[in-house]
Amino acid sequence: MSTSWPLWEVFVRGKRGLNHVHVGSLHAPDAEMALRNARDVYTRRNEGVSIWVVPATSITASSPDEKDPFFAPAGDKVYRHPTFYAIPEDVPHL
Amino acid sequence: MADDLELRFERTVQSEARIEPRDWMPDGYRKTLIRQIAQHAHSEIIGMQPEGNWISRAPSLRRKAILLAKVQDEAGHGLYLYSATETLGADREDLTTKLIEGRQKYSSIFNYPTLTFADVGVIGWLVDGAAICNQVPLCRTSYGPYARAMIRICKEESFHQRQGYELLMTMMRGTQQQRDMVQDSVNRWWWPALMMFGPPDAESTNTEQSMAWRIKRDTNDELRQKFVNMSMPQAEALGVTFPDPELKWNEERGEYDFGAPDWDEFWQVVKGGGVCNEQRIAHRRKAHEDGAWVREAAAAHAAKNAVREEGAA
Repeated sequence: MSTSWPLWEVFVRGKRGLNHVHVGSLHAPDAEMALRNARDVYTRRNEGVSIWVVPATSITASSPDEKDPFFAPAGDKVYRHPTFYAIPEDVPHL
Repeated sequence: MADDLELRFERTVQSEARIEPRDWMPDGYRKTLIRQIAQHAHSEIIGMQPEGNWISRAPSLRRKAILLAKVQDEAGHGLYLYSATETLGADREDLTTKLIEGRQKYSSIFNYPTLTFADVGVIGWLVDGAAICNQVPLCRTSYGPYARAMIRICKEESFHQRQGYELLMTMMRGTQQQRDMVQDSVNRWWWPALMMFGPPDAESTNTEQSMAWRIKRDTNDELRQKFVNMSMPQAEALGVTFPDPELKWNEERGEYDFGAPDWDEFWQVVKGGGVCNEQRIAHRRKAHEDGAWVREAAAAHAAKNAVREEGAA
């Protein structure tokens, strides 16, 4: 019987006010055990106040091969940045 | 097209950017990384044994708690690294099987026995010290998940080294018998620690390609020299000597000269002839096999719950 446990990706919130950040992965039979294992593997020194575990198979990622075309729409829209607009120096708070 | 991909890979590596899991990479790069990271992960896991040997016999509750935390860290380090190999397409079960069948290696240092409690201190100071020398440059290795695992590991290794040195300082303030025990331990571990950096550059077959791919950042001999330079003042402060008559300061080079380790012994241990090779693998195999029912039961429990939840929904 193959009993290979599924892979879970682990995300940790370092402290209140920060986003959860991906820290690595681990194997566990179910979500509850994945959480407990994540606590033991990734937060032995107060590295987190909250953990998410996500089945690795549930993640859909953009393909690095299409990196350039995929992100191209943002490339030529300089008018989305505040520095695109020339405002006289003597106008305050802008 | 392939040339295009290769060129992009080369450029990324040359510009000190990181290669990430889903990027295109040459087969050789992937294979070298899996081999190196798996070997490193196996070393952490096997490395739990020599020190685990002393947990039940630690001389105080304080030392026992420290040693437990350290051995637990080694398990954690192994897991960070196995996790990195899986981003390259390696399979965890397969790696464990290769380890217990002797088809993948681990650091030879763990094939030496821990005869006294002083060995716990010397392993922390010299063995983890050498590991830190090896690992700090790997925080800048070209493969992202490996570099990130190494950053976590290096932060924790500092505790390992300092607890070892503090343990030895405590023993050196004790009786003559304790001081002799420390010196004896240093005598046994010094040469194996120097061997941890691998064979001399002239004989290291993988170094050149690994440096070009920026997997490896320094050569074996460079790191070995650095380790000797760092260890000498620490030994003086501790009041111990290293068992090497050629070890002396070279004013001209601004570094220490030192003798060559016994490379015949090194290769003998690598090939399985060390004192503890068989014992280490047998123990790992037994732990894996004894744990099989737990893995099966947990998987069955998870499967049963999944069916129940489906029924309830």
